[in-house]
Amino acid sequence: MKPSALSFLLGSLLLAGGVHATAAEHVHASHAWIRVLPGTLPAGAYVTLENDGDQPVALSGASSTVYADVMLHHSSTAGGMSRMTMVDALTVPAHGKAVLAPAGYHLMLMQASAPVKPGDTVKLTLTFTDGSTLPTDFIARPANAMDAGENHAMPPMEHGAMPHDSGH
Amino acid sequence: MKPRHRLRATLLLLLLVTGLLLGGCQHDAPLPFRLTNISGHMPDLDFHLTDDNGKAVTGADYRGKVVLLYFGYTHCPDVCPLTLAQLHVVMQRLGPLADGARILFVSVDPARDTPAVMHAYVKAFDPRAVGLVGDARKVEALSKRYRSAFTREPSSADGAYEVSHSSAIYVFDRDGKARLLATPSASRDDLVHDLHLLLATGASQ
Repeated sequence: MKPSALSFLLGSLLLAGGVHATAAEHVHASHAWIRVLPGTLPAGAYVTLENDGDQPVALSGASSTVYADVMLHHSSTAGGMSRMTMVDALTVPAHGKAVLAPAGYHLMLMQASAPVKPGDTVKLTLTFTDGSTLPTDFIARPANAMDAGENHAMPPMEHGAMPHDSGH
Repeated sequence: MKPRHRLRATLLLLLLVTGLLLGGCQHDAPLPFRLTNISGHMPDLDFHLTDDNGKAVTGADYRGKVVLLYFGYTHCPDVCPLTLAQLHVVMQRLGPLADGARILFVSVDPARDTPAVMHAYVKAFDPRAVGLVGDARKVEALSKRYRSAFTREPSSADGAYEVSHSSAIYVFDRDGKARLLATPSASRDDLVHDLHLLLATGASQ
């Protein structure tokens, strides 16, 4: 996760002709929210990542001062069974986006050092496979929320990004 | 029209109306469901578990309510809360009718889910949700009854683990008869539509 300065420099030169700096600089995060569950239960965090760069980037996870442990996970339903698997990295295509949304990719947040309540803002630092980081504010939402709660301000196309609304 | 014909026509009309009225009351009248109809293909609602207030309950305690049965666990941060949040939205859309329905959330993680943990969890979603716990044997009996399954995955170094589980939502009518099968990705419109049909059939006589 922490490439040496040399390989980092080489990577930058090779991939981006020396113009592009880091993955994080090309990524814009939006609709960042956390579904808060009671007590010390693990919570899911969701965000939409847009990459305006000419090269794909990959999210490898996140860190937080509030949660001791954060893991990138993927939920799947196959053969009528729901399961969760750990994911090493999630690619954000060049000039494309990756959506972390319920029933798909999410960050699993564990061991909160202090209770997080709906309405709180929690900073998670997204980390990319090139070692760059993107501090992002996540809004804490109630357990029974369906989304980031900002639909009215959303561009219409963002709605289709939620897997569970896509069938309607 | 001759009087005799008029009488016959009136009788026919009466028969037709009576038939319609009776049809509306019968349980086996085919209801125009949108979700998968499992009427007659799954056993009646029956279990012996403990509710989230610590009280021993059986399937019979929920006769008179339309029941939405779902298996999951509280340490599930993504699909279980999403499903319960979806069901909460459905209940909200049913308005006061929702009082005739109950969401039964059965834990497939007896080691970690106590009635107290379940109570805080289900009430965070919907006031009509009930958390049910029981020892592994009892939960397995209920799960097998509906051809559902769950598997505890290997623990990580810190002792945390996930439980893979069937994602289906089973819907029972007020008489405890299995009627519908829904997936978490079922459209909320379809759920609302079909629950309206089941709630409109009234309590069992």
